[in-house]
Amino acid sequence: MFKLIPRENVSPVLSLLGPLFSVGLTMIVGGILFYFLGVDPFAAIKMIFWDPLMSETFSTYSIPQIFIKGAPLILIALGLSVGFKANVWNIGAEGQYIMGAIFGASFALSLYPLESIVIFPAMILIGVIGGCLWSMIPAFLKVKFQVNEILVSLMLVYVAEQILALASLGFLRNPDGAGFPGSRNLNQYTSASNAEIIAGTGIHLGVLLSLLMVIFFYVLLFRHSLGFKIKLLGNSPKASGFSGDNPNKLIFLCLTLSGSLAGLAGIMEVAGPAGQINIDFNVGYGFTAIIVAFLGRLNPIGIFFAGIVMALTYVGGELTQFMLNLPAAAIQVFQGMLLFFLLSFDLFVHYKIKLKGNK
Amino acid sequence: MILSEINFAVLVASLIVASTPLVLAALGELVVEKSGVLNLGVEGMMIIGAVTGFIVGVETGSAYIGMMAAAMAGALLSLLFAFIILIMQANQVASGLALTIFGLGIAALMGHPYTGIKSPQISTLSIPFISEIPVLGTMFFQHDLIVYLSLISVLVIWYFLNRMRAGLILRSVGEDHDVAHSLGYRVVTIRFLAITFGGAMAGVGGGYLSLVRVPQWTEGMTAGAGWIALALVVFSGWRPFRLLIGSYIFGGITILQLNLQAIGVNINIALLSMAPYLATILALVVISMSRFRGNRGAPGCLGRSFVKIT
Repeated sequence: MFKLIPRENVSPVLSLLGPLFSVGLTMIVGGILFYFLGVDPFAAIKMIFWDPLMSETFSTYSIPQIFIKGAPLILIALGLSVGFKANVWNIGAEGQYIMGAIFGASFALSLYPLESIVIFPAMILIGVIGGCLWSMIPAFLKVKFQVNEILVSLMLVYVAEQILALASLGFLRNPDGAGFPGSRNLNQYTSASNAEIIAGTGIHLGVLLSLLMVIFFYVLLFRHSLGFKIKLLGNSPKASGFSGDNPNKLIFLCLTLSGSLAGLAGIMEVAGPAGQINIDFNVGYGFTAIIVAFLGRLNPIGIFFAGIVMALTYVGGELTQFMLNLPAAAIQVFQGMLLFFLLSFDLFVHYKIKLKGNK
Repeated sequence: MILSEINFAVLVASLIVASTPLVLAALGELVVEKSGVLNLGVEGMMIIGAVTGFIVGVETGSAYIGMMAAAMAGALLSLLFAFIILIMQANQVASGLALTIFGLGIAALMGHPYTGIKSPQISTLSIPFISEIPVLGTMFFQHDLIVYLSLISVLVIWYFLNRMRAGLILRSVGEDHDVAHSLGYRVVTIRFLAITFGGAMAGVGGGYLSLVRVPQWTEGMTAGAGWIALALVVFSGWRPFRLLIGSYIFGGITILQLNLQAIGVNINIALLSMAPYLATILALVVISMSRFRGNRGAPGCLGRSFVKIT
């Protein structure tokens, strides 16, 4: 039998090796899955992980796409990671992402066709507030009534999806849209358009902000006392209480951060790549970001790389869908598997394993 | 009054059908949580049950065989979770989420060729004599086998947890795994069994959804039912009978909402569709505000990893 011995210090080498090992293992097991789906595993794996970066035909389009898809993942995951460290489980980022988009877009569209330079920053701010307000519901209920934030934040995703339907079929529907669902395209509204900042690539302000946020969160978590307080609350709520920290304030802080960033991601997406509020606006970034947060080991720098890897599977996944006819859900399976391997690998990070002889 | 267009007896009967997947999945999760494990993968196990049940049901032509396959599929997926959290000591919350993401993906892959097919019929089992009682008979005694089974399970699980030695051991493992371990109980084995049982129950719940309740396969058809089941366990204060009542209240809201949509009440469909989710939140708030304050009934070791260090 095996015996587990806790490590006194978490092994930094293994901690870094975990994500790499998990990605590798996911490729192998994913390859087997592709084989059973009747797709050449080597071609599929190469197309997901290699071609978007290296192939001459695809990379000019794919590389910027990786950053565009990575930006919301990184933004949301950064916010979530703070909460996860403190044992505050906001898993409803998808809903906060939707609400950020709806709030911001509603504001901008209510002013259409007025042109002014204040509209864009105000729209972003209102988007952030929208996401934040949506995450304040679980925060308030947790602090005030000790209601489980996991369930509340998740239920609110379904509510947000219904509000999204309401918006795209009702109050935000494009009056010139010949009755089709969906709002006006914000890209055709100069003052509200989150236009590309590098011509021809589609790279928008959100990508830049996601990079800035990585730095901001790095400083917050490792160079500021708040980061320490958050970790303390997660690792030892009692010690946190003794040191005089108010857990309720920290819970609010965690949910404010994650909600605001999800809202930011939402408004950036709707005014940029998506262009309009529509029923199928949300594509699951809020859930994938949970995987990104763990893959990045709840560390801002790690989350950056994890976001890029995850975006790669999205872009590569689209490629395989298009070229090899691989179902879209295969990528979801892929991502779920990755998380499994990653979580399992934690065993080796936290424990030493010794073989016990037969007495 | 427009509500009079809704036949009350039929409404209650359909309420019971709508609640059955929730009752099954939530009961399974209740046992899992009583053993000290928080499995947030109920949604994933349900949808795997739904798709497997549907495929096997269509291929064999028997809804009951489909339902059994659903149970097996749910149990199989839960074994993966059990391995990761019990052997690999992974974080339970994160692993449960992974299970849901993974399950939704696998189910979408498996179910793709089966979209839009009708499932085999399940026969109703009218209980002789009492099913002919007007109104009451229609409400309660003209259902299929699974509905009766779900009601029997409530009873059996209550008896198991509160009147049997094995149930007491399971609860002690959930209450304090270190003490249970030093008393010589096999914490890991017991939790393995509990998780597998929970998986099977969630699987059947999912199978019931795709084979009876809808009955069709559509991607993501569980639509949060697994999460609602989790909420119901909290709502019930970890008590089987309160869980049954909670599920029926919940099913009632869903059915009422659907009926209101069907008769074309002048309320927006999106608003009506929100109702079950808002009701869940409201229920959670009410239960934690009430005099049963806090998580009374919540197992002491819920969500904590067990490491044997000797």
